[in-house]
Amino acid sequence: MAARSVLIVGAGPAGTRAAERLVAAGLRPVVVDEAAANGGQIYRRQPPSFRRAAEALYGFEAAKARAVHAGFEAIRDRIDYRPQTLVWHLWEGEAHLLCGEQSEQLRYDALILATGATDRIMPLPGWTLPGVFSLGGAQIALKAQACAIGARTVFFGSGPLLTLVAYQYAKAGAEVAAVLDTSPLANVLRAMPLLAARPGMLAKGLFYTAELRRRGVRIVRGITPIAIDGDDAVASVHFRNGSGNEEKIACDAVGLGYGLRSETQLADLARCDFAFDETARQFLPVTDADGRTSVPRVYLAGDGARILGADAAELAGRLAACAALGDLGIAVGEEEMAGLRRALAPMDRFRRGLEGAFPWPAHFAAALSDDAIVCRCECITAGELRAVARDKGAPELNRAKAFSRLGMGRCQGRMCGLAGAEVLADALGVPLAEVGRLRGQGPVKPLPVTTVLAE
Amino acid sequence: MALFRRLAETDRPPVRLEIDGVAMDALAGDTLQVAILTNASSLRESEFGDGMRAGFCLMAACQDCWVWTTSGERLRACSTEVADGMRIVTRGAPWRLEAS
Repeated sequence: MAARSVLIVGAGPAGTRAAERLVAAGLRPVVVDEAAANGGQIYRRQPPSFRRAAEALYGFEAAKARAVHAGFEAIRDRIDYRPQTLVWHLWEGEAHLLCGEQSEQLRYDALILATGATDRIMPLPGWTLPGVFSLGGAQIALKAQACAIGARTVFFGSGPLLTLVAYQYAKAGAEVAAVLDTSPLANVLRAMPLLAARPGMLAKGLFYTAELRRRGVRIVRGITPIAIDGDDAVASVHFRNGSGNEEKIACDAVGLGYGLRSETQLADLARCDFAFDETARQFLPVTDADGRTSVPRVYLAGDGARILGADAAELAGRLAACAALGDLGIAVGEEEMAGLRRALAPMDRFRRGLEGAFPWPAHFAAALSDDAIVCRCECITAGELRAVARDKGAPELNRAKAFSRLGMGRCQGRMCGLAGAEVLADALGVPLAEVGRLRGQGPVKPLPVTTVLAE
Repeated sequence: MALFRRLAETDRPPVRLEIDGVAMDALAGDTLQVAILTNASSLRESEFGDGMRAGFCLMAACQDCWVWTTSGERLRACSTEVADGMRIVTRGAPWRLEAS
């Protein structure tokens, strides 16, 4: 029998469109997704008993969200859909799945990883206080649960999510105390030529800012973080404004984030080659234009490959499926693939624009006080990490992890890995690429000890 | 005091659960994290003595919202839906050794 079993990891925009294309070719892919419902994070669905319209949840993106959801519903009976299932390891052409406490091994002929992204976090003193959540998390509270993370929220950091989530909170009736953006206005202006690659996206960003101002929300650009203050709850955010003066803004919750980071552990476990991406300041899996990795029949699509957003993820999902079909010996029209590549072409230009407009504040890592927690799982401070570099000579991140335990906790470095790398590179006085990246380890997320292993 | 604020979707059937022996009201369709944080200001105690935590990412990535059932099953509060009659332990993690 021909090799035709395709495993897709992730049921967001990329995974959905990949599955759709495979179904159209007569295949029945397995779609594994950790969430209870399809849609991914961006088009995350509210529980069935909720009644808000798509417009209330997704704003300008409502039509796209509905289309992705409908696309998935239409193929649901023609795929092997495994919701609430984790791929916790990949080994020699087999995926190890966990659903509830049941583990299962699944052999695949082709693997499409559409694993998405999480918030990119730069720690600051006080970021572990109850009431501080990632920006993406703040958005999920609203989108999926109709809740605000606090009574009075400061949105803090940088990136396109910052003003979007603040706008969504204000529109839903939550009190937004302020939007504090570490990126100066000059960066945004300088990035305009690149951002113009996607005029619609640029216009939406300007709209959110204008709407926040119209509602009287204070937006401060070019700030420098000092701390989130409070003993056992958030009391205020302490920062230096663009003029260099210290300020405190009272609040009981903070949405924190600096753009997104690709979720790449499974690509690592699949043994894909990685390379340092100067734009993301992160090691990313290497792919060709269609999503092929260095490993035959392993493909990447969506934000898990590079942060290009949901529209690009839909295109990339479909393109990766086409590539997989072709590699499995199933004919795909060259015109279809060429069209998808053309549509994806402006996306990377826009990504570079966003990174220029809202840069990852790498230099804050050097300024972190020694007692600031970098790894929230194991409470490893910046000082402990610096000591490992200074006293034990850890030359790269995995050695530093072994000595300090940074990145060894429950989140496996998802929250602290990028900032930890910056602290280490600064302490060693070497370029970031030289400290390497945390190697992916199976299980990628903690398993219950009661996990029943399949035969 | 509650941390999270409900802004809409409050017309749902109530569910009742027990958190650290105290009865709490929540709504059907809530995640355990929302159920707890609409009643309380935190979710659990850090094992490293740096204070209380309330989770962070809400998308099953950071693992900072672990709580336990009274029978010892570990739950990720952000991605577990509440059920009527749930009995949850958030403090004094059940595996922690008593100081001698």
